[in-house]
Amino acid sequence: MWKFIVRRICLAVIIIFLGSFIIYGVMRAMPTSFVESMARQRAAASATTGGPTYQEWLDQLNEAYHLNTDIFSGFFSWLGGVLRGDFGVSWKYGIPVTQKFNDVIWHSVILNIITIVLEVLICIPLGIQAARHQYSGFDYGITVFAMLCISLPTFFLATLLKYTFAVKLGWFDLYGLVGRFHEQLTQGGKILDKMHHMVLPVLTLAMLNIGGLTRYTRTNMLEVLNADYIRTARAKGLPERTVINRHAFRNTLIPLVSYMSYLIPSLFSGSMITETLYQIPGIGYIAYDAMIAGDLPFTMFYSMFGLILTQLSLMLADIMYAVVDPRVRVN
Amino acid sequence: MSEKEPKKTMANEEELALDDGRRVKVLSPGMMVFKRFIRNRLAIVGICTLIFMFVFSFIGGLVSPYRQDQVFYKVDNANKEYASAIINSDYRFTAVEGEVLTPMTRATFNGQVKSSGADETVFTADGVTYTAKKIDDGFYILSAGKTLGTVAQLGKIVDINLEPDTELTDEARKAVQQALRNGEGSFTADGVSYTLTRGVGKNYTLSSMVEVGMVSMLNFDPHDPSYTGLVSGYEFRKACETAMHRGETTAVADGITYTLDVQDENNAVVLDAGGKEIAGISNIIVNPVNNGIFLTADYRAAVSEAISERRTAFDYINSEGVPEHHTIQMRGSNYIVFTQQQTYLIDMYSPPSAAHPLGTDDHGMDVLTRLMYGGRISLMVGFIVMILENIIGIIIGGVSGYFGGWVDTLLMRFVDLFNSIPYYPMMIIAGAIMDSFEVDPYIRLYMMMAIMGIMGWTGVARVVRGQILSLREQDFMVATEATGIPVSRRIFRHLVPNVMPLLIVQATMGLGSIILAEATLSFLGLGIKYPLASWGSIINSSSNIYVMTNCWYLWIPAGLLIVLTVLGFNFVGDGLRDAFDPKMKR
Repeated sequence: MWKFIVRRICLAVIIIFLGSFIIYGVMRAMPTSFVESMARQRAAASATTGGPTYQEWLDQLNEAYHLNTDIFSGFFSWLGGVLRGDFGVSWKYGIPVTQKFNDVIWHSVILNIITIVLEVLICIPLGIQAARHQYSGFDYGITVFAMLCISLPTFFLATLLKYTFAVKLGWFDLYGLVGRFHEQLTQGGKILDKMHHMVLPVLTLAMLNIGGLTRYTRTNMLEVLNADYIRTARAKGLPERTVINRHAFRNTLIPLVSYMSYLIPSLFSGSMITETLYQIPGIGYIAYDAMIAGDLPFTMFYSMFGLILTQLSLMLADIMYAVVDPRVRVN
Repeated sequence: MSEKEPKKTMANEEELALDDGRRVKVLSPGMMVFKRFIRNRLAIVGICTLIFMFVFSFIGGLVSPYRQDQVFYKVDNANKEYASAIINSDYRFTAVEGEVLTPMTRATFNGQVKSSGADETVFTADGVTYTAKKIDDGFYILSAGKTLGTVAQLGKIVDINLEPDTELTDEARKAVQQALRNGEGSFTADGVSYTLTRGVGKNYTLSSMVEVGMVSMLNFDPHDPSYTGLVSGYEFRKACETAMHRGETTAVADGITYTLDVQDENNAVVLDAGGKEIAGISNIIVNPVNNGIFLTADYRAAVSEAISERRTAFDYINSEGVPEHHTIQMRGSNYIVFTQQQTYLIDMYSPPSAAHPLGTDDHGMDVLTRLMYGGRISLMVGFIVMILENIIGIIIGGVSGYFGGWVDTLLMRFVDLFNSIPYYPMMIIAGAIMDSFEVDPYIRLYMMMAIMGIMGWTGVARVVRGQILSLREQDFMVATEATGIPVSRRIFRHLVPNVMPLLIVQATMGLGSIILAEATLSFLGLGIKYPLASWGSIINSSSNIYVMTNCWYLWIPAGLLIVLTVLGFNFVGDGLRDAFDPKMKR
């Protein structure tokens, strides 16, 4: 078992290393990099005073940002910093990457936690009801609704919600995490203000994920309901409520909990599209802005973070399998 | 591994689900799948949606009367400056044909006569003596003294030596003698005043006061460019102006009688005998704001009238009989006339109409046509990326699953690597790179499809490998080995077809998510670029708040098309899965 875990970890490290290298290479291939636009600005600003020209600025900045090297040595000097715990200073935001990350990650996490709680509260009852009344009109309705949620493009859903609730009804703001008078509010008021601004993003994220979880619950519930022990329970003359709540539902929870455990790493990955659309300063939106601006340290940090999260969830899945199914361990 | 049972008994027949086969023996496995599929109502709905989408995109584009990049224009009314008017406060000089009023003369006149107010003022400019005869306020006739020749009196004989180019009538000659006899310095003959100035001895200089021009405050505008010559003629002007000042309604110039339609002391219209308008007279000077505009006298008269009546707006019926509304504004001492002028504009954000059922977008293009062509791109991207993913996935998954061992390990680690590279960040960076290289939209489309394919094949490879790992241990594979079929044939003829049902289901579901991914990238502005369109890039316009709030027809139809298409693919994929594998159903 330990050997299996160690092998899996080694593999994860190699993948993280190669993955970050690929992203570094792609980032370096971006020609109008952050440094070039910065040099252009500074050259324009110093043109009147006879300061350094664009080329001189570019050379200086390239040296300051370690971009005057080839991709390999650039990558390894970055990696060296990372191994010493130094992820560098974000070019776009001007503060250390980890600090910026610390500032914004919790917005994403809170957003995702609320979303997951909401999802569970909606999906599990819906899925169970659909399974209990298989092939009924309700079941068809749930199937179509779940499919519709899967098929909705994030941006279209977000725009529709904004159009309905922010523009037409005026209940929410179009963008942002805080209102215009956020600073004047009391401590409690500030929290309520942020919550108010999170309603639409949470609704969007929940709608997008409801479909998958509802269908998963329904499939598992159906499997359980067809099992022999349910038939036994019914044959015993137990009331239907007890059969569903005590016998069936508890058994459905097993696959659901393992499904949810994969979701834990994704709590931290943020949701780039939704956060960008609502301009919620979570990790997704901040990383999107950094990427568009060509902010190498932040993008590298975000990508590496993503790689680690993916590997973590895959490892979790593998190890869980190994724990559950001894045959995997033998291999 | 529910397929295991049927596979064993079916050898290399392509379809599964033999458990139903006993019941309906006459049907081939393919037919059975088909029958099960068409019994699924949702799948039929999905198929119908997809057929509609394909017809809409691929046939709709052909049927549509517009091209996808056709820009529409509209004619709109804009309040534009049309003319400027000023109330004349300067004297305007009109010279008799052949005479010249030098600037010095004009300046001297302005300096001396205007202020004097006398009925007749004599002044000298450029060595010529002028007489300004005041007819009325603001109307003078200028005469200049002109030397005609010398007159010598020898006893009773009067000898007149005329300057070249001058003539003297007999009447005048007699008058000269008469004047000499009477000792008069000036006399009149034939209505012309003559002066005799005594020189040396009995020599006199004969000069006459010749009318050289007139000075007035009124302005003449020909009614038609062909009248310009006539209207600028001295005779005409003098006759008209004299008549005006005298309060008469007829004027005779060059033997022709004209009628004046006098509106007030400063405004009149000159008509010829036939009642045809020839010119307008006014103290208000109306000029077009640029050379491209010709103002008719009617129009000038209308402006003058409006200004003299101190109105800020007036209606004018133009030469085509169409009423135009004009407004007047003061700017300094000028009056600026604005008109609702027709302008040629790009027809942006026009609401739905018969010509454009879904209006026009921010480039003035027909939204419905853009949606049709956009559908082509969206569907095409979906299919090409799906095919690309499957080709790479089947090859790598097939090789990996069949050979196993270190090949499998290596390839699967490769799959892991690709799988763990975050999808959207990679696509966004790729989009930004193509942005900065300003890649041609068509090349960009191909590049995007290639990158999406490369980023997405890992799922297919995993499925293929997993299936092949379980299939290769089965008896029919032992049989292929025993008959000595080559490896490539064993993989791609015997193993892969058995994976096909699952792959088809996955690919159908995957098509939906590829279309979603492409739409998302295009929405972010990192995918399909103008002049190409995709459904995502059409919705992109809704990131503009104005469009989102006011132009539902720009983004809601595109969004619905995406949702319906993806929903259709998901329904069909779901239906296919149930049809291929009834045991797994629900």
